[in-house]
Amino acid sequence: MIRYRLFLWGLVAFAAAVFALFAWQLNQPKDEFVASAMIGKPIPSFTLPPIVPDRPGLASADLADGQARLLNVFASWCVPCIAEAPNLARLEASGANLVGIAIRDRPQDTALFLANNGNPFSRIGRDDISAVQLSIGSSGVPETFVIDGQGVIRYQHIGDIRDSDVPVLLEKLREASGS
Amino acid sequence: MTPAHLIYRPFAAFASVLMLLCALVHPVSAQDLLPPAPYAYRQLDDPALEAQAQALMETLRCLKCQSQSIADSDAPMAGDMRHQVRTRIAAGEKPEAIRAWMVERYGDYVSYKPELSPTTWPLFVVPLVLLAFGALVLRRRLRRAA
Repeated sequence: MIRYRLFLWGLVAFAAAVFALFAWQLNQPKDEFVASAMIGKPIPSFTLPPIVPDRPGLASADLADGQARLLNVFASWCVPCIAEAPNLARLEASGANLVGIAIRDRPQDTALFLANNGNPFSRIGRDDISAVQLSIGSSGVPETFVIDGQGVIRYQHIGDIRDSDVPVLLEKLREASGS
Repeated sequence: MTPAHLIYRPFAAFASVLMLLCALVHPVSAQDLLPPAPYAYRQLDDPALEAQAQALMETLRCLKCQSQSIADSDAPMAGDMRHQVRTRIAAGEKPEAIRAWMVERYGDYVSYKPELSPTTWPLFVVPLVLLAFGALVLRRRLRRAA
């Protein structure tokens, strides 16, 4: 009988533990980011036309020429993209080669966005239906990928680039260049 | 004494102005101005292929809304994903291959279909274990009562 009672109390303790786990997990800040599963894999083949007259478009072949790059996925309609613009400029000033993909954007809007916030990109591809964005496992704007000289995706930064992210990205870019 | 309706008139006027202002203010939305992808809302001409696409879309999670399948979501990105699904089905790809393509990019997260995997098996096993516990306890009680 005692064993049976102990067993029942054990069940109660188990249930309490489960609910404690629920309570704890429900109070954890939710991670809204969906990480790309493409890190370490070659960037899928694509060719995107230009979106502004003063920058060429972007193709996967441009990313496998031996030089590591930062690939920034952005849009003129994205507010955090404005917030990160000064840090993209800092990255460019530090010697990073940046290429961009404009997601679901009209050329006149992209042109205005770049005129207002600066244009740190050497190439910008036009992705009207998020096709390349989906192919690299990006789930929003802005996101920034480190691509090594062989065109392999090395690192993903989700969300706008804060001041503290600049040295991290430069370090990841340096690592990607070293290989 | 002022009649009641005259006292309330300024309030009514104020309320009207407020409502007018609310109607005028346009919500600031981070939304693009491009039209949806060609096959975001357009069904495939072949009903059999469309049925395949529809079934697949119901098992893929919208990455922007997270608690909806891409079949149920009006997010532009969900539309772009539906376009991928429909054009690939139309090009002869198998639904399972398209699913695998999505999972290869976004991990299990993109799957909106419950699936047994090394991380999800407890979800299926724990209820069975609890049921077995319950049955055990019930049996002991009934046996004692008899």
